[in-house]
Parts: sequence; C-alpha cells; structure tokens
Amino acid sequence: MINLLLLPIILPFFFGIILLFFPKQIKVQRTLVTVGLIVSFISALILMAKVKSDGIQTVTLGSWPAPFGITMVSDMLSVLLVTTTIVITFFVVVYSFTGIDEEREKFYYYPAILFMITGVNGAFTTGDIFNMFVFFEVLLIASYVLIVLGGEKKQLRESIKYVLVNVISSALFVITIALLYSVVGTVNMADIALKITDIGQPGIITVIAVLFLLVFGIKGAIFPLYFWLPGSYAAPPMPVLTLFGALLTKVGVYAITRTYTLFFVHDTAMTHGLLSILAILTIIAGCIGALAYFDLKQIMIYNIVIAVGVILFGVAQMNDAGMSGAIFYLIHDMLIKGALFLLIGIIIAVTGTSNLRKMGGLMKTHAGLGWMYLIAAFGLAGIPPLSGFIGKMLIIQGAFEAGNVWGSIIMLVSSLIVLLSVIRIFIYAFWGEPVALPKTRRRSYRSLMMPAVVLVLISVAYGVGTEWLIPYMTDASDVLLNPSIYIDAVLKE
Amino acid sequence: MEFVMAIIIGILFMAAVYLILSRSLLRIILGTGLLSHGAHLLILTMGGLGGTSPPVLADGVTDYADPLPQALILTAIVISFGVTAFMLVLFYRTYGEHKTDNMSLMKGNDEHD
Amino acid sequence: MKTNDVILQTATKVVFFIIFLFSIHIFFAGHFTPGGGFVGGLLTTGAIVLLLLAFDLKTVQNALPFNFMIVTAIGLLLALGTAASSLLFNIPFFTHAFDDVYLPLFGVSALHTAMAFDAGVYLVVVGSTITMIQTIGGDS
Repeated sequence: MINLLLLPIILPFFFGIILLFFPKQIKVQRTLVTVGLIVSFISALILMAKVKSDGIQTVTLGSWPAPFGITMVSDMLSVLLVTTTIVITFFVVVYSFTGIDEEREKFYYYPAILFMITGVNGAFTTGDIFNMFVFFEVLLIASYVLIVLGGEKKQLRESIKYVLVNVISSALFVITIALLYSVVGTVNMADIALKITDIGQPGIITVIAVLFLLVFGIKGAIFPLYFWLPGSYAAPPMPVLTLFGALLTKVGVYAITRTYTLFFVHDTAMTHGLLSILAILTIIAGCIGALAYFDLKQIMIYNIVIAVGVILFGVAQMNDAGMSGAIFYLIHDMLIKGALFLLIGIIIAVTGTSNLRKMGGLMKTHAGLGWMYLIAAFGLAGIPPLSGFIGKMLIIQGAFEAGNVWGSIIMLVSSLIVLLSVIRIFIYAFWGEPVALPKTRRRSYRSLMMPAVVLVLISVAYGVGTEWLIPYMTDASDVLLNPSIYIDAVLKE
Repeated sequence: MEFVMAIIIGILFMAAVYLILSRSLLRIILGTGLLSHGAHLLILTMGGLGGTSPPVLADGVTDYADPLPQALILTAIVISFGVTAFMLVLFYRTYGEHKTDNMSLMKGNDEHD
Repeated sequence: MKTNDVILQTATKVVFFIIFLFSIHIFFAGHFTPGGGFVGGLLTTGAIVLLLLAFDLKTVQNALPFNFMIVTAIGLLLALGTAASSLLFNIPFFTHAFDDVYLPLFGVSALHTAMAFDAGVYLVVVGSTITMIQTIGGDS
C-alpha cells in the first residue's frame, strides 16, 4: 500500500466532505466526526509502525518522478506530529459535544475542524515547499472559518486582524518561494537541499533563510512577530482556542525546524545564531506577558509563546541532545497545551469568567478539577517525572554542549516563571474564599472533564514512558541532523 | 525585460503597502489584492522570462517557457481568489456589526485589565 | 422603489444560455487548450450572477432549486474520489489514466480521468461562489 502515508490526510478530508451534506443533524455530525478521527488515528498508527520498521516512506503524486512531481514524505518526526495532531483533535471534538453551542455545531463546525486537520497533517507530511504553502492555506482558511464562526462582535473584530496578518504572511511566503526558485530552480525540498550545496551561493541563500524565518515566524509566533497572537486567540470559544493553541503555531515551528535542518545548514553561525537569539527573546517576551495578565486565557496564550521559544532554542543548537530535546518538547507541548486549555475552559465554564480576581475557592466544590489542573501545570513547568522535564533537560544539555550558557540560564529561569504563572492561576482560582458560582449542570461538567482528564493522563504517560519513546525520538532527530537520509529516501531512483 | 518587471513589481508592492496601512477596510482588501498580484508577477519573473514557445513537447522546439512558475501562479491565484472573496464577506459582516469601516475605531481589547 | 428593467430582463433570458453554453465549451476545451473546470465554473457563476442582477434572489432560487453547499460537497467528493481511485490500484495518488475510446456521434475521443477531477473543480467553484454571493445578497 504505497499510499499509506496519505491516509491521515485524505481520511479527515473525506469525512469533512461527507459532513457537508448534513449540516443540521447534530447526531450524525458527532458520530461521523468521531468515526473519522478514530479511523485516521488507526491509519496514523499503522504508518508509524511502518516508518519505524522500514524507514522513511515517500510517494510522488501522479507518478511523476521525484524532483518533478509533488513528493509526500513521512519520516519519524512528521508521523509523530501527525499522530499527536489527531489525538488532540479527537479530545477537543469530544469536549466540543458539550463545550460549544448548538448554533455553531449546526454551522459547519466539525467539517471546518476536519479540513483544518487535513491542512495540518498535509503541512507536516509534504516534501515540496510550494505544496507546503498550499497546505498552509488549507489550514489557514479552515482556521478563518473557525475563528469567525458565531459572528460575535469581538470575534469579527479580531478575525479581521488575524486574516490580514496571515494573508500578508502568505504573500511573503510566495515571494520567498519565488526567490528560492530563482536561485535553485526546483521546489522539491530534497532537491533544494542538494542544489544549495551544489551552487555555492551562501550570501543569497542566507537572505532567503532569514526571509523564511520571517514567514514561518509570523505563523509560529516568534519574538517580534507574535503581536497578533494574544488578541486573536482570545476571541474564539474555548475548544477552538485549544485547537489553535495546540496545533497552529506548531506548524510554523515544524516548518522552521524542517527548513533550518534540511536547507540552510551552510552558514549556521549566522542563521542558527539568529534563530537562537530570537528564541531567547521569544521566551523573555512570553514570560513578561504570562506574568502581566490576570486573565486566564491571556496567561495561557503567552505560555504558547514561551513554548515556541523553548523548542526553537533546542533546534538552533543543531546537535543531538538539543534536537531530540526539541522534538520531545514539541510533542509534550502539543499534548499539555491541549490538556491545559481544556482545563481552563472548564474553569471558565464553571465560574463564568476568565478574570482571576473574580474567582476563588474552587477546591471546595471541584476538587478533581483542581488536582488535574495541578498535574498539568507541573507537567508544563517540567517537574520530573512529568512530560516537560526530559525535553527541557535535553535542550539545556544541548545548549551547554554548543556553548550557549546564557541562553540555557535564561531558559532555566523561564521554567520558574512558567511555574509561577500557572500556579498563580491555581492559587487564585482554587484557594481563597469561595465566590458564588453561576448554576451549571453537574452532568455537563462531568462530560467536559472526561476528555481533559484523559489528555492529562496521556501526557503523564508520555513523561513516565520516556524510556520506551527514546528509539522513536532518536529516529526523528537522526533524520533532522543527517539530511542525507531524507534526500536519499526522496531521490532514491 | 526583467528590469521593467522589477519596476512594475516594486510599484505594485508600494501601492499594496500604502493601501494596507490605510484605515478603510475596502482599501485594505484592494491592498492585499495588489500584494498577491505583485507576488505572482515575481514568481513569473523569477522563473526567467526567456522562452517563446509554450512548454509543450513537440519536435524542433528548444526555446520553451518554464512551465513550473505558471503552475505555481495558477495555484496561488486560485488561493488568493478564495481568500479575497472570504475577506470581502468577513469585512462586510464586520461593517454591519460595528457600523464602521474604520480600522482605528476597531482597535484595543476591551476586557483586559 | 420599483425599477423597470425590461431590457435587462429580456436580454438576460437569452444571454444567460449563451454564457452557459460558452462555459461548457470552455470546460471541455480545457482538455488540450486553455480552459478547464475553474474558468468554466467562474463563467457559469457569471451567468447566474447576471440572473441575480436582472431578477431577484427569490426568483432565481425558484428557477435553480439547488442547495449550493451540497453542490460544493458533491464537487469535492467527485474530485477526491477521482484522485483516490488510485488507492484501489495501489499506484501513487493522483495518477491519471487515459485512453482513446470510440464513442458514437463523437468518433474517437481521448478520455481522461483528469476530466472527472475537473468536473469536480467546476462544481466546487460554482457552488462556493454562488453560496458566497447568496450570503451577501441575502441581507440588505
């Protein structure tokens, strides 16, 4: 089955199309979206086993030979990300059954989610730089629909900014691809990597590298370009925010990781030095934001920015420890951000506000929520044996090996600030004098808790089971550090 | 020829930046349209403007145009068409809700403290 | 205010079919020459928009009683199905098959699976653009 690696992209798309036929039947929508995600999850697992045993899988669309047709490539990194994406989406969808109003469910909410997953998985899998642009657009257009769905005044205002920023960054993406094409004359990523070493034009390639950093930096929210993120992400309802926070910035991070390990390795002092500095600045800016607000959503949104900085700092080290640490942290962060956003969604649903000053004493009425939140918060801050620890440790080890002492110190301090920012939520919301809660049904609380709890448990298992995951992570980081494996797999004929 | 194209693309980008930075929603949409036109022309120029024959396999044709930029532009045009149409609907709805098309009246986040 | 647009309405009744036929022509021309599903779909949309301008939304909806969202979905399904049929034969996705077939009336014609894909594109373009126009045109 040579098309196996396409199934996690095609299946969500197929189910999304089927859902377009019955927008008003909520039961059908819910059943089909669950079935679709489970089937995609199974196909992703089979693909992962295949990649583990047989190495990188490739298929070239339309049977054109490799540098001419669009190649889809599934290496360990991309299949891990694809699987994580589907898992998170599944739990967000289950959460949405009670966490989102019926009006939205009847207005193509689930198809939009499935189309977004198509785009995200496609962007993770593609081996063609222009095709990556196309998949970025697929996921962006679906995310435009999700962010504006409901049409509240605030949503409309914020989605204008979101759409505008992304349209401009997409135009920049096209421009950058045009410049790259003029230099190397190909858009196949493996072929680009070969041609870049052949032509020996480091100056212009460095310029293009920085332009790519700009393009993906806008999507991935790195330091000077994260300005749009806090406002836009706070506008949509909680399940949508969870999806965006857990997945969308990570696509930008993945794109930077892929391009900066595959193509732009000729002048690492310049490009990766710049990436490293920007990553540290991103961490600092995120920390300031996370401490500055008293709004649950804003604190968590700035934590996304911090995580982007941490992962990219690991990538910028370009050594074994830093790279596998970055991959560990990337997947950890997707899981834990999903869990945390769902949990604070429940806090907001229970208290009816997102302002920390108006909360208190939830521990007396919702103890289970409190404990789950505490575990997830410790996981985010990286307390062993929870999942954030191993990734951060490897990244710091890599940074010390590469001689980035100051960067590692800032990262260590940032862990403390992350801990402070999330524990502050715990103290304000769960301790103190109980405040009068609005009436909520106990049943809907329980059905909201279920997906969040399972996601927290998965992230705990991810931390405790590190030992078993190491072979997978080594496979993933090997491909990133030795681009020749990737190039040979694509251009094997 | 490349020189002329460079100037045209520059003018398109200049006009696009000017329009995007203005306050009216409609001008912003026109600006993004011009921006994508500039980007598409850039792809065409970057592919090399040489080549007089269409890129179809035929005997005796050696001087043919590069087909890849054309395929890329076609894809990019379709995408920017879709996004522009979506933006028009979105901006129209926003205008209806907010009763203004002035971006400077739409800034700020009202519930942060 | 009721405007009297007899000329527009009378002309539209004829011109609509001319544009529609031309769009079909463009669609099939896409086989070997410029044209294809996207342009053909846009032309058809243009014809329907002309109807919308000449008559009102309700009349057009009665004349063309489709839910255009469903049209989009059918188009997507057709396009994806054509591409995914390669899954059955275990050849790379999107590989297209073609052959010269003798058809009655047409003689020997080249038939491609790419055309089914293009028909899907045509339906998607018509469905989505008309949905957008109906959404904006609906309120005023």
